[in-house]
Amino acid sequence: MSVQRSEMVRLTDDPLEPSLVERLVRADDRGAVLAFVGLVRDHTGPHRVERLEYEAYRPMAVKVFEGIRAEVDERWPGTRVAIHHRLGHLAVGEVAVVIAVAAPHRAETFDACRYAIERMKADVPIFKKEVRTDGSVWVGLGS
Amino acid sequence: MQIEVLYFAAARERANAGSESLTLADGATLTDLIAALNARHPRLEPLWPHIRIAVDEAFVADRAAALSDGATVALIPPVSGG
Repeated sequence: MSVQRSEMVRLTDDPLEPSLVERLVRADDRGAVLAFVGLVRDHTGPHRVERLEYEAYRPMAVKVFEGIRAEVDERWPGTRVAIHHRLGHLAVGEVAVVIAVAAPHRAETFDACRYAIERMKADVPIFKKEVRTDGSVWVGLGS
Repeated sequence: MQIEVLYFAAARERANAGSESLTLADGATLTDLIAALNARHPRLEPLWPHIRIAVDEAFVADRAAALSDGATVALIPPVSGG
C-alpha cells in the first residue's frame, strides 16, 4: 500500500478514526505499533467542560508536524509516525488527536510517541478554547 | 512595504479580525510592527507577553528582525494541540 505524504499528517474537521491512522504506519518490518488517542475530557480541575473549540494556523501546523516526523525519523531510525488532529467544535468523549507510531521493536514506539506529543504541545500552532459551564478560556492563557 | 498579519485564537478575538494588510516603512522590524498593531488594536497589548511570532510560517524569536515586503506575520498565542 502506498501512502500519500499528506495522509501521514492531517488536520480535519471530520471525526477521527484511530484504527485508520494506525494502519498508515504499519509495515511488515515493524513489529510494534502504538497509537496515542487524545479525547475531550469532561472537566479541568473543578470546572465542568462542555466542549472544546479547536482552531489552527493550518499550513504552519502541517509544516511543524512534518518537522516533528523528520525529527523522530532521525532520532529513531526505522520508525514511522502519522498524526491526525481534529479541528472545530468537539463534544466530550470525541477524539481530538491520534498519534500512531510503528517501529521494529516496542521500546522506540513509546519513546517516539511521547516525543511527538510533547513536541506538538510545545510548537504546533493549534489552539483550543475550553467552553465550561462557568465560562470560556483559551487554554494556556487562562482567559 | 506591505505586510499580511494573521490573528489566531485570543489574538483574533482581540483584533476582531482573522487577518489584515498593513503598510509599514521600508526596513521596519517586528518591534515596529508590534507598535503599529497596538495603535490599531489596543486590546492586543496585554497579550504580547504570551505571543510568539511566526514570519512566513516559521517562529522568529528576535523582535529586532527586519521584515521584508510581502511577509506574512502570524500572532501565535499559547498553543494547545491535543
